[in-house]
Amino acid sequence: MINISEVLETNRMIQSENLDVRTITMGVSLLDCADSNLDVVCKNIYAKLLRYAGRLVRTGEDISREFGIPIVNKRISVTPVALVGAACCRRPEDFVEIARTLDRAAAELGVNFLGGYSAVVSKGMTPADEMLIRSIPEALAGTERICASVNVGSTKTGLDMDAVRLMGETVKAAAERTRDSGSLGCAKLVVLCNAPDDNPFMAGAFHGVTEADAVVNVGVSGPGVVKYALEQIRGADFETLCETVKRTAFKITRVGQLVAQEASRRLGVPFGIIDLSLAPTPAVGDSVADILKEIGLEHPGAPGTTAALALLNDQVKKGGVMASSYVGGLSGAFIPVSEDQGMIDAVVAGALTIEKLEAMTCVCSVGLDMIAIPGDTSAATISGIIADEAAIGMVNQKTTAVRIIPVAGKGVGETVEFGGLLGHAPIMPVNRSSCERFIARKGRIPAPIHSFRN
Amino acid sequence: MKKAVITVVGRDTVGILARTCTYLADAGVNILDISQTVVQDYFNMMMVVDVAGAKMPFAELAAGMEETGRAIGVQIKCQKEEIFDKMHRI
Repeated sequence: MINISEVLETNRMIQSENLDVRTITMGVSLLDCADSNLDVVCKNIYAKLLRYAGRLVRTGEDISREFGIPIVNKRISVTPVALVGAACCRRPEDFVEIARTLDRAAAELGVNFLGGYSAVVSKGMTPADEMLIRSIPEALAGTERICASVNVGSTKTGLDMDAVRLMGETVKAAAERTRDSGSLGCAKLVVLCNAPDDNPFMAGAFHGVTEADAVVNVGVSGPGVVKYALEQIRGADFETLCETVKRTAFKITRVGQLVAQEASRRLGVPFGIIDLSLAPTPAVGDSVADILKEIGLEHPGAPGTTAALALLNDQVKKGGVMASSYVGGLSGAFIPVSEDQGMIDAVVAGALTIEKLEAMTCVCSVGLDMIAIPGDTSAATISGIIADEAAIGMVNQKTTAVRIIPVAGKGVGETVEFGGLLGHAPIMPVNRSSCERFIARKGRIPAPIHSFRN
Repeated sequence: MKKAVITVVGRDTVGILARTCTYLADAGVNILDISQTVVQDYFNMMMVVDVAGAKMPFAELAAGMEETGRAIGVQIKCQKEEIFDKMHRI
């Protein structure tokens, strides 16, 4: 039988160390909503989402109450909308109409974000893909809960540099279009390479075509728990350090597994995967940067940061895969700047630069995330940053992403405030050398040699 | 049998156990095991209970326990046992 110290440990993690289930995300396929008539498509989408996810929020709250574990977000991901709207959308405005429909459904269901306003264009863009991408700035400005993502490359296909160029322009346009809210649109737009089909975390979540009709994916978190565990073994050797992270990740993931199974059973929807990411929030003590500091760095960005992050990411995975048979999504450590007070402090202290963050993304689960840059950064430069990050993903057979915010009207030294989970961020300087001629080239970068495994 | 874990945390005072147990008896909940410890002047008690015969749904029982805790001036949580089992047992 369970003993009192174990019970108290679990409750301490929840109460004092911010252990929570970050999100229950229901993936819903919208492929069967397609039609040649836009109104019919919108009607189909709305009806299907309400039918499938009608009990999602309520179920999440019930589970949370019964097990005493906070479930912070209830969310939905859908089939990339470029596919769903391909037969009925003749112009970008038509796609925006679908975005509004999704936003209405999300509001009605009480979910805070709905992901999947997406196009997967790893090798090339269909006319519908291109139209969807061009509609993104308007769609993000005209909706509240919609998240957009575009996958511009993969290890198998190489990089679609035409899409990379277009995304540089799109990010700029989204920033401009949401100028009044600190270019908030860009906080809900992510450019990916090797995007997983089952990621439950926003903004990059979509329900891939490899998935079943509906599925429940769960994202667990708990950087505060890892930090606390490491405080107890301060100064210990690497073996003890790794063992502690691994054991903690195991415990966190088991809670996610329990919640996922319960949600799946109660909603009558198959369980997909657990995403065992360490995802920070702006709350005090809920920081990945603080873990890196506890490992022994003055600030993230100091020499040694990449090694410390590599260690952390790997041990989180090793603990997590033991705890759940179906681990997927992004799974690792997230290093967003605006959502992590420790990261913000490091930027302000001059310890953390975009170049160091880029190096860190080689060994952690995602990429350049929630980074504010000057509003006058050129579209080509943003495309260059996207291309660099995508190349890291392509060559290392991992997911990488760019969620970068060229804050309209602001420059280095200023700060932008997004509020809530998205936090605030100091504007970081960007290398001013031009990559204009590189980005202007047409076509794609071929897949790397080690992708040919057949 | 459907097991749940009740934890009571707070400053030690007269009647914590009595009032908690009275509430449980009225609710039709059977107590299987009780253990307690004092950590940093704080009273920590854990009960393993069987809620199979409870007269109300689990969520209502949990809310009632919290309410009882507030009346006594301690924090009472009632959680299904699986969360602890999953986390601490392979």
